[in-house]
Amino acid sequence: MTENTTNDPIIICEDVHKWFDDFHVLKGITTTFKKGEKAVICGPSGSGKSTFIRTINRLEEHQRGTIIVDGIELSNDLRNINLIRQEVGMVFQQFNLFPHLTNIKNITLGPIQVRKMSKSAAEEAALALLDRMGIEDQAYKYPAEISGGQQQRVAIARALAMEPKIMLFDEPTSALDPEMISEVLDVMRELAHSGMTMLVVTHEMGFAREVADRVMFFDEGVVVEEAAPADFFDNPQHERTKLFISQTLQH
Amino acid sequence: MHHASNTMAQNSTNIPFYRDIRFLKVFFQILFLIGLILLAGFLYSNMLHGLRRQNLPLDLSFLSSEAGFGISEGIDYDPADSYLKAFWVGVVNTVKISIIGIIFATVFGFIFGIARLSSNWLIRNIAAVYVEIFRNIPLLLQIFFWAALTRALPMVTNSITISDSIVLNVRGIYLPTLERTPEFNTWLSYLFAGIILAIIVVFVLAAFRHFGRLSEVHHTDRPSFISDIIFGTKWAAAPTFLIVAIAGLFLTSEPPFVVNRPELQGFNYVGGMNFTPEFSALLIGLTVYTSAFIAEVVRSGIQAVVKGQREAARAVGLKESQVLRLIVIPQSIPIIVPPLTSQYLNLAKNSSLGTAIGYPELLHIGHTMMNQTGQSIPIFGMIMASYLIMSLTTSAFMNWYNYRITRIGRSS
Repeated sequence: MTENTTNDPIIICEDVHKWFDDFHVLKGITTTFKKGEKAVICGPSGSGKSTFIRTINRLEEHQRGTIIVDGIELSNDLRNINLIRQEVGMVFQQFNLFPHLTNIKNITLGPIQVRKMSKSAAEEAALALLDRMGIEDQAYKYPAEISGGQQQRVAIARALAMEPKIMLFDEPTSALDPEMISEVLDVMRELAHSGMTMLVVTHEMGFAREVADRVMFFDEGVVVEEAAPADFFDNPQHERTKLFISQTLQH
Repeated sequence: MHHASNTMAQNSTNIPFYRDIRFLKVFFQILFLIGLILLAGFLYSNMLHGLRRQNLPLDLSFLSSEAGFGISEGIDYDPADSYLKAFWVGVVNTVKISIIGIIFATVFGFIFGIARLSSNWLIRNIAAVYVEIFRNIPLLLQIFFWAALTRALPMVTNSITISDSIVLNVRGIYLPTLERTPEFNTWLSYLFAGIILAIIVVFVLAAFRHFGRLSEVHHTDRPSFISDIIFGTKWAAAPTFLIVAIAGLFLTSEPPFVVNRPELQGFNYVGGMNFTPEFSALLIGLTVYTSAFIAEVVRSGIQAVVKGQREAARAVGLKESQVLRLIVIPQSIPIIVPPLTSQYLNLAKNSSLGTAIGYPELLHIGHTMMNQTGQSIPIFGMIMASYLIMSLTTSAFMNWYNYRITRIGRSS
């Protein structure tokens, strides 16, 4: 457990179910994330891990069970959804930067439009974030003009600009060339040390071992196993987990 | 190794010409061009021969002789005017209906296209029915239908009037217009003064912003003087101009405009603007038909924006209306413009169907000219050239616009 994890719960999931038509993607997820906790979620593709973190900011709707984020229940109440989205930042596999806006405008859009921040204050904050990401000189370029690793760092800055309490990462390095993965992981490591609550879906097992407080293994819509990284990697309990770890660590 | 590269070098210098790609490329193009010229020459001499046999010399001198036929609507024209003038009337009528049609079709197309994606079941389905009905019935049939409908309007004495301004009867649609008064020129000078003042304000403001900021500690991304001028144009020029223009309205002794309503005088309405039944029927037909296609263009353009863009915008906390306005629409415009251009060109070309209901557009007048002079080949050539010029101008403009909006950086 890293130094800045507390005991206050910030995300509470109770028996969360989700169906895509007939396909039962999430089969009753019950778990609690604490303020400042770093959880790495892994599992084979189709196991429901991405769908699970996408239910937390309502990009996917859950059909049964309850999700409470920072004291607000996710329901069909539009106001609650908007409140939670302001508290939860998200980073996508494909970056999803807005191609028609410069990098700095990608970052200031939320603060200006949603938080009603002044343009100059938002830009100042955005430049500080880009500086933190090590790419201040890319502020006035368009996303298409910078590398994938730089784009993903702009995307992280865009999420952080809303000053979220929780950050969701949906396979943030899977679309990157190998030499760019580390620059994104470095930024995520730094963010973890700053005390941010992070839910990270990733195949980067080195990152999980080093940064995570807890590793959760998803398969076929259920949490098969969860443990601190040392126990998870060195002493897995379930056959399915053992197989997954041996397959992922082979390369 | 040395030996191998030596043979390769030999190979590249000693290619026989009949295997050399560089030679063959040029050779076949020249061959094709010669063939094309021969074919065109054959067709041309064949045509000249045919015309000579019918005793019709190929020359354009007939254009200056008196046309002698009347034209039901359009710019000032008299049957005593030349054929060239009559032809010009047709060009202007075609351009007029095309421009007005394009404006209306764009407005309705965007409304129905966005409505098709509405989350409201009723709106979505009304739009879907509109699109499916009007794009699946032949345009000529629709134009005949609207023509029949305009002919079924009541006689002049029983006209339908809407709030005393809009009049519908068998002679067409009458709309009110704004007419200039003698004071209009005075007001024009206020407008001119407003422009001058706006320019001064912009420069003074830009100078203040720019040189005021120079004193600040060195700032790497200080905006340029040009960007200050753009800022001023946006925030200061328009209000300044509007204030002067509105003040001008009050300072002139009488209003520069009066509303000119259509009024019944004797057996006819005078004043305002009159759309003839033919013009109205053609305009409605072209607008409705083309807007159904534009609606599909708009819908597909919006749907082509990848799902991740909406998700990212939602994740940042934007409301659905902001997602559409700030993220989706700006990205769909470059996707919409090329097929939209095709629809504009189609509308302009389809206006030739007006000939079937007696709207005096290019083809209609050209046809009359052919019947009277027998000069069908040069007249067909002139009509085709006119459409070609109109279409190429439209596409050139749209290509320029498309280039301008797609120049900004785009990924994925």
